[in-house]
Amino acid sequence: MNKRVSAVLALLAALAVLGGCSGSSYTWGWYIVSPFDARGSNNIQFLLSGVGFTITVALSAITISVVAGLLVALPGMSRIRLLRGASRIYVELFRSVPMLVMVLWVYYGVPVLLDVRLNVFAAGVIALALCDSAFEAEIFRAGIQSIDHGQHEAADALGLGYVDKMRYVILPQAIRRVLPPLGNQFVYMLKASSLLSVIGLTELTRRANELVVTEYRPLEIYTFLVVEYLVLILIASWLVRRLERRMAASDRLRVAKA
Amino acid sequence: MSDAAIMVELDRVTKRFGSFEALKSVSLKVKLGERVIVCGPSGSGKSTLIRCINRLEPHDSGRILVEGIELTAEARKLSAVRREVGMVFQQFNLFPHMTVLKNLTLAPMRVRGTSRAEAEALAMQLLKRVRIPEQAHKYPAQLSGGQQQRVAIARALCMKPRILLFDEPTSALDPEMISEVLDVMVELAREGMTMICVTHEMGFARQVADTMVFMDHGEIVEAAPAERFFANPASERAKAFLSQILSH
Repeated sequence: MNKRVSAVLALLAALAVLGGCSGSSYTWGWYIVSPFDARGSNNIQFLLSGVGFTITVALSAITISVVAGLLVALPGMSRIRLLRGASRIYVELFRSVPMLVMVLWVYYGVPVLLDVRLNVFAAGVIALALCDSAFEAEIFRAGIQSIDHGQHEAADALGLGYVDKMRYVILPQAIRRVLPPLGNQFVYMLKASSLLSVIGLTELTRRANELVVTEYRPLEIYTFLVVEYLVLILIASWLVRRLERRMAASDRLRVAKA
Repeated sequence: MSDAAIMVELDRVTKRFGSFEALKSVSLKVKLGERVIVCGPSGSGKSTLIRCINRLEPHDSGRILVEGIELTAEARKLSAVRREVGMVFQQFNLFPHMTVLKNLTLAPMRVRGTSRAEAEALAMQLLKRVRIPEQAHKYPAQLSGGQQQRVAIARALCMKPRILLFDEPTSALDPEMISEVLDVMVELAREGMTMICVTHEMGFARQVADTMVFMDHGEIVEAAPAERFFANPASERAKAFLSQILSH
């Protein structure tokens, strides 16, 4: 963690130097987001108030997309051609739609098509989850296919049914292997949540946009936004790595005496 | 044992992999308590033969009956057969993310609906039988190859199978570990387990086999009582095979 902290500090220092050394005649107005200034600390509070949505959107979207991705990946490996085809179509379709387009389409389109009311949070989560699920499906497919065929045969020979075989034998091993790319997707979701600012979800980016309109200090405010994401994602990737290390440690225990 | 029940019957079974004919009209009957050893050069179809018996390889034509149940794509019949047929693999295929004990209790609990306590008691009893009860809480990777294969045998036995299939169970083992696995198999044979075993261990075969099946090029060239097979094989190919394999 120490290395990471110093990396952040170095980056902040670099930004400050960049600001100080810039040849342009720009006069920085950091007071706008300064904790030592009454207005600034108000602004900081306002900007930070978006973090709740950013995190809950990312967590909700990744949870849904992991489940959906698994449900798409499994039929993709079926012996039945129709199921394989359906899975393929799903992946190709949702992988091709840009996320921003999906956000707009779900928010403006789904309520009309299905005659339901969608608030921005629900629409945003669904859109991100749909797009991401295509990638999750491919990650799971790769993970499941990397498991030795002998594991399937041993489970089959013992008489385990498909569901039990997947649940107890194949998936626990596959998920361990795909943990790094899953963590990667989570970080990606944290960033992608910024797209929901366009439909008005008051997450970090939206808050920054709103403040820019009243304060006319885009450079300082967006720089602050950059740092918000940076810190958030460094924390997230630190947590993911810790989880990976814990898994790896229990694997090492398993082979310790091999 | 001539009037014993027929446990496994293969009737003109064929199996192809693309254009390669792995089994060419193979017929074989195995009786209750019979120990059948299948031998032959590599690529002769031995493994394919026993893998067809629990339908790890679906056959293309002919009929396979296990305890009177015909093997088809029908899932219910297939799982009924697989419950009664245990299998031990060349590569052990233990579940690496589970302890030895979990490896043994999974199938009885999920497939037979045995309670955990009962499944664990049976598992410990079987681990004692293969002489590694002290390894119950270790993971497969912490065991030697010979120990892993003995766990695999115990795992197959946990389902209380009526028939055991062995697919070259000692071929992946270091030489010094072969005998500990064969010892366990000899004991099983003595207890009257119906066994079909693909192996190159001819010493073991002499010791336990009732029937020797010699295969070559996807056909059963010779199926004979073990004594007659070793003393005086009928076919030239079996003679040549035996002389090669026994010469050292």
